[in-house]
Amino acid sequence: MAGHSEYVPQSAAAKWLESRLPVISLVRGSFVDFPTPKNLNYFWTFGGILFFVLIAQILTGIVLVMHYTASTTAAFDSVEHIMRDVNFGWMLRYLHANGASMFFIAVYIHIFRGLYYGSYKAPREISWILGVIIFLLMMATAFMGYVLPWGQMSFWGATVITNLFSAIPVVGESVVIWLWGGFAVDNPTLTRFFSLHYLLPFMIFGVVLLHVWAFHTTGNNNPTGVQPKTKQDTIPFHPYYTIKDLFAIIVFMIFFAYFVFYLPNYLGHADNYIEANPLVTPAHIVPEWYFLPFYAILRAVPDKLGGVVLMFGAIAVLFILPWLDTSKVRSGAYRPLFKQFFWIFAANAVVLGYLGAMPAEGIYVIMSQICTTIYFAYFLVALPLLGFLEKPKPLPASISESVLKGGSGIPVGVAAAPDTK
Amino acid sequence: MANTDQAEPTRRDFLYIATGAMGVVGAGALVWPFIDQMNPDASALALASIEVDISAVEEGQSISVKWRGKPVFIRNRTEAEVEEALAVPLSDLPDPLARNANLPADAEASDVNRGIEGNEKLLVQVGICTHLGCVPVGDAGEYGGWFCPCHGSHYDTAGRIRKGPAPENLLIPPLEMVSETTIKIG
Repeated sequence: MAGHSEYVPQSAAAKWLESRLPVISLVRGSFVDFPTPKNLNYFWTFGGILFFVLIAQILTGIVLVMHYTASTTAAFDSVEHIMRDVNFGWMLRYLHANGASMFFIAVYIHIFRGLYYGSYKAPREISWILGVIIFLLMMATAFMGYVLPWGQMSFWGATVITNLFSAIPVVGESVVIWLWGGFAVDNPTLTRFFSLHYLLPFMIFGVVLLHVWAFHTTGNNNPTGVQPKTKQDTIPFHPYYTIKDLFAIIVFMIFFAYFVFYLPNYLGHADNYIEANPLVTPAHIVPEWYFLPFYAILRAVPDKLGGVVLMFGAIAVLFILPWLDTSKVRSGAYRPLFKQFFWIFAANAVVLGYLGAMPAEGIYVIMSQICTTIYFAYFLVALPLLGFLEKPKPLPASISESVLKGGSGIPVGVAAAPDTK
Repeated sequence: MANTDQAEPTRRDFLYIATGAMGVVGAGALVWPFIDQMNPDASALALASIEVDISAVEEGQSISVKWRGKPVFIRNRTEAEVEEALAVPLSDLPDPLARNANLPADAEASDVNRGIEGNEKLLVQVGICTHLGCVPVGDAGEYGGWFCPCHGSHYDTAGRIRKGPAPENLLIPPLEMVSETTIKIG
């Protein structure tokens, strides 16, 4: 992450520390002097927002654990104890539960920003792949966290998701029994999920550092997709982007607080306030909203193994995305045809989310199948072919030129301030 | 012929390989307890069988009992349900196997093979949908048997999958009639 700092220690104490552990120059090189493209728009603040949410989740999680009991006989009651008896317990739990949703809102915007501006392309493939790993870890963490309150949705969500592994030929059944530690989701399942739910956020934190290290080595992408060429193209991270990110984080906190204080259960399911009952499945099981598009893909296929393979394939395809997109132009802003496909893909993802929440019957199944096809066609057909079929618009000579002349570096929907000088 | 470019294996090469191989075996032996601790423990295995009194289950009624943490459906079927199940040609069944733990694995999914010998009206099966593990609802679905609300699997009056994503018929657990009115599961 370092390598950009011209920092020379002045005080005796700083010299003493730097010659033993160069931590001051590491931090300055990464988050103070770090040369950042000067044209980053507000979509680039979601990295900082995500870091804030990760820290918030870890802090609220650590204090919730002080009051929670991981046992099938006590878990549900201990969550109610947090809500009713623990000082500010209601707020801490609502922050943590809604924080998970905020995490996914921010990460989906962050991922779609990367998809639009081609942030996954060379030389940032490793950053992108590490990002997909973070996304997978987030999904595992969120899923296991949702099991901990031991409500009906917790129990049946855990049952359905762990049963996905029973689709594996030959060893599937043994794998599921191993995951459960028994013959059904029960106390051993709850305690191991609790253990892993505590572990995974710290693993996410570690992969986040690698993710940042990777794109600090290649430099940030930017809305033009053109690499910085001269000093005119960049500004130091501090104070310009520290203050911009901080502003974005505060705006995001307002949005977050609105859910926590005014709609704390809006994104959850009422069924999860009923204690888990292994003998009765709720009539309508749905995962949390952030899993719905993948759930729709699972249900689109009338075959168990096929559905599971496609659902995991929907994420696996992201790993090879850098090599599926054949266009040499990074930013979607200069790709007229790509732009249309991108927005179809984005709308399709939202429709898939809607279909995931609907019952698996009639027209919804057919629509899920169409949308699943569009999802995969975007990656496996559209992106490989567009590179050959599309004539991109001319790229600006540099970031500086695009900023001074205004125009095509700025995405639709973002105010084009540089024109009004 | 000896390759003159390559030196003969020495004692040292042998020692490297032998040491490396022992290291791999040792690491495997050390990893195994960490993996195996997640398998069902002695207390989970101890719950392996239960006995149920079924004298109160009238014709057309069902009860659910818990076996190994899962529901087991015990249904005293009506004559009409049994006849309906017997009338189904085996070629109509998506899963042709009986899935009955008391019969050989390749037994076909006829109604006789799903039931209990000498007590054909009684149907005992694990109440877990073979798709993703939800509990199906009784007396429901297009085939008058069970319907799983999670992903829309329909089972007939013999608990056989007829329509939907589930790959297999409902599982029949190991059973034994201990007396006229008592059944042992597991």
